[in-house]
Amino acid sequence: MDDDSRHALFEYLLRLGDDRLVLGHRLSEWCGHGPILEEDIALTNIALDCIGQANNFLQLAGSVENKGRTADDLAYFREAIEFKNLMLVEQPNGDFAYTIARQFLFDVFSFHLLEELQHSSHQELAGIAAKAVKEDRYHLRHSREWVLRLGDGTDESHQRIQSAFNDLWMYTGEIFQADKVDDLLFEKGISVDLKSIESKWSENVSEALTEATLAVPDAEQYMASGSRQGIHTEYLGHMLTEMQILTRSFPEAKW
Amino acid sequence: MEDESKLRAFEARIEAGEKIEPKDWMPERYRKQLIRMISQHAHSEIVGMLPEGNWITRAPSLRRKMGLLAKVQDEAGHGLYLYCSAETLGVDRSEVVDQLLYGTAKYSSIFNYPTLTWADIGTIGWLVDGAAIVNQTMLAKCSYGPYSRANIRICKEENFHKKQGYEIVATMAKGTPEQKRMVQDAVNRWWWPSLTMFGPPDKDSPNSAELMKWQVKLQSNDELRQRFVNLTVPQASVVGVALPDPDLKYNSKTGNWDFGALNWDEFFAVIKGNGPCNRQRMRARRIAHENGKWVRDAAGAYAAKKRAA
Repeated sequence: MDDDSRHALFEYLLRLGDDRLVLGHRLSEWCGHGPILEEDIALTNIALDCIGQANNFLQLAGSVENKGRTADDLAYFREAIEFKNLMLVEQPNGDFAYTIARQFLFDVFSFHLLEELQHSSHQELAGIAAKAVKEDRYHLRHSREWVLRLGDGTDESHQRIQSAFNDLWMYTGEIFQADKVDDLLFEKGISVDLKSIESKWSENVSEALTEATLAVPDAEQYMASGSRQGIHTEYLGHMLTEMQILTRSFPEAKW
Repeated sequence: MEDESKLRAFEARIEAGEKIEPKDWMPERYRKQLIRMISQHAHSEIVGMLPEGNWITRAPSLRRKMGLLAKVQDEAGHGLYLYCSAETLGVDRSEVVDQLLYGTAKYSSIFNYPTLTWADIGTIGWLVDGAAIVNQTMLAKCSYGPYSRANIRICKEENFHKKQGYEIVATMAKGTPEQKRMVQDAVNRWWWPSLTMFGPPDKDSPNSAELMKWQVKLQSNDELRQRFVNLTVPQASVVGVALPDPDLKYNSKTGNWDFGALNWDEFFAVIKGNGPCNRQRMRARRIAHENGKWVRDAAGAYAAKKRAA
């Protein structure tokens, strides 16, 4: 593999890993505080899947980079500006509706992405995706069912989830902004066509929101972008402070 | 008169080692005692998620983070099937949860102590889950079928938790000077509360005689406590961690490790609600429950609409 491709693949694997690490972290904050015991279990389980997927992607990123960095080095010893996760997944949990809306918007994307990545020409990446897509199928079913329950439940739940979708919508535009990393890897058959994922995403999201009696938010609004280049919202730095504190305080220690 | 012959038949079945199943006749006291014990056990699993959940976001490696998430998730699962076991005795889950949140229901006092460093996570797995296993191994043989089976399953998972915790302790105990200090400090803080997990001394245990007659319990609090001490002392010496009891001494006559006096005043104070974290644990549970109300209402309303459609 030439240097450009190697670098692009490293970046791409960071994106895949960081999305899941950061989302898993957010979900894990619910642990012990869920609205009902069954949801405590479900959110923790999804968090666990996300961290497991992140571990696999980051491990592969380290080996592609070939500088001896482990998944833990990448998770614990990078600064916020070096994280490449979507802004969507770093948004705070808010209420349960906010968490579900964030999860659903990501799950639809992640499911279709991983479904395609199973056929990547990069075998190890394809292998991780094939395993992860099975988990994501369940995640998507879970978040979609809750979108329906909350959207078409009570007036209060309807309002809460509608406003969650309205608030989060500005973070959905950048999901599908392809840059040269995407383009180069797509040419090599390693990554996927983000355009085709976007059309499936739009269709699935509007279909679910309509069924849930919710309005698809207005596309004519400020849309954030830049996280794949390390530009984030203010929330990520605080999250990483917490996530990394112990590991960074004792860099020599084995745990 | 009829009840008395039923009682005799019931006790004969227990004597013969048969399990009592939900639809079988049972004395009201047996039912009440089991509801109390099983729901307390369930509450303990749920409240126990809080002190350990406290470290998930700061776990020092991805592997440790996954291990801890899985452990806390297991505890939520234990809570769920224990509530189901309690429901086989004719109570509703929401009723017993309300007794925890707004009434006088108890949960294991151990969870009213704070988790202050990462070493606490290892120590809890080793000592607290270790003590729980000793207790639950006995309960797995209890006379009530659903509770016995729940404990068989719980023990399998708790054994894994204990191994995981012990491995954290062992890793830190041979780590940097700071890690060694953290792990010894954690053991110093958790050792005595772990010993109180088996309940008050036999002479002050009001429910024990009846529970043993009906084989809900098969060993006394003091017997279980001694068994736990005997198991734990060699484990501590293997990893080179000191147990904070100057009176701990092997007794060659009994084959037991004798240990110092427990602080029962503290134990009873914590049970009454006066421990370091009682208020914050219950506040966290109440907030979760109350913030979840609109979610549960929405799920109910949605299900009703679907049924009507």
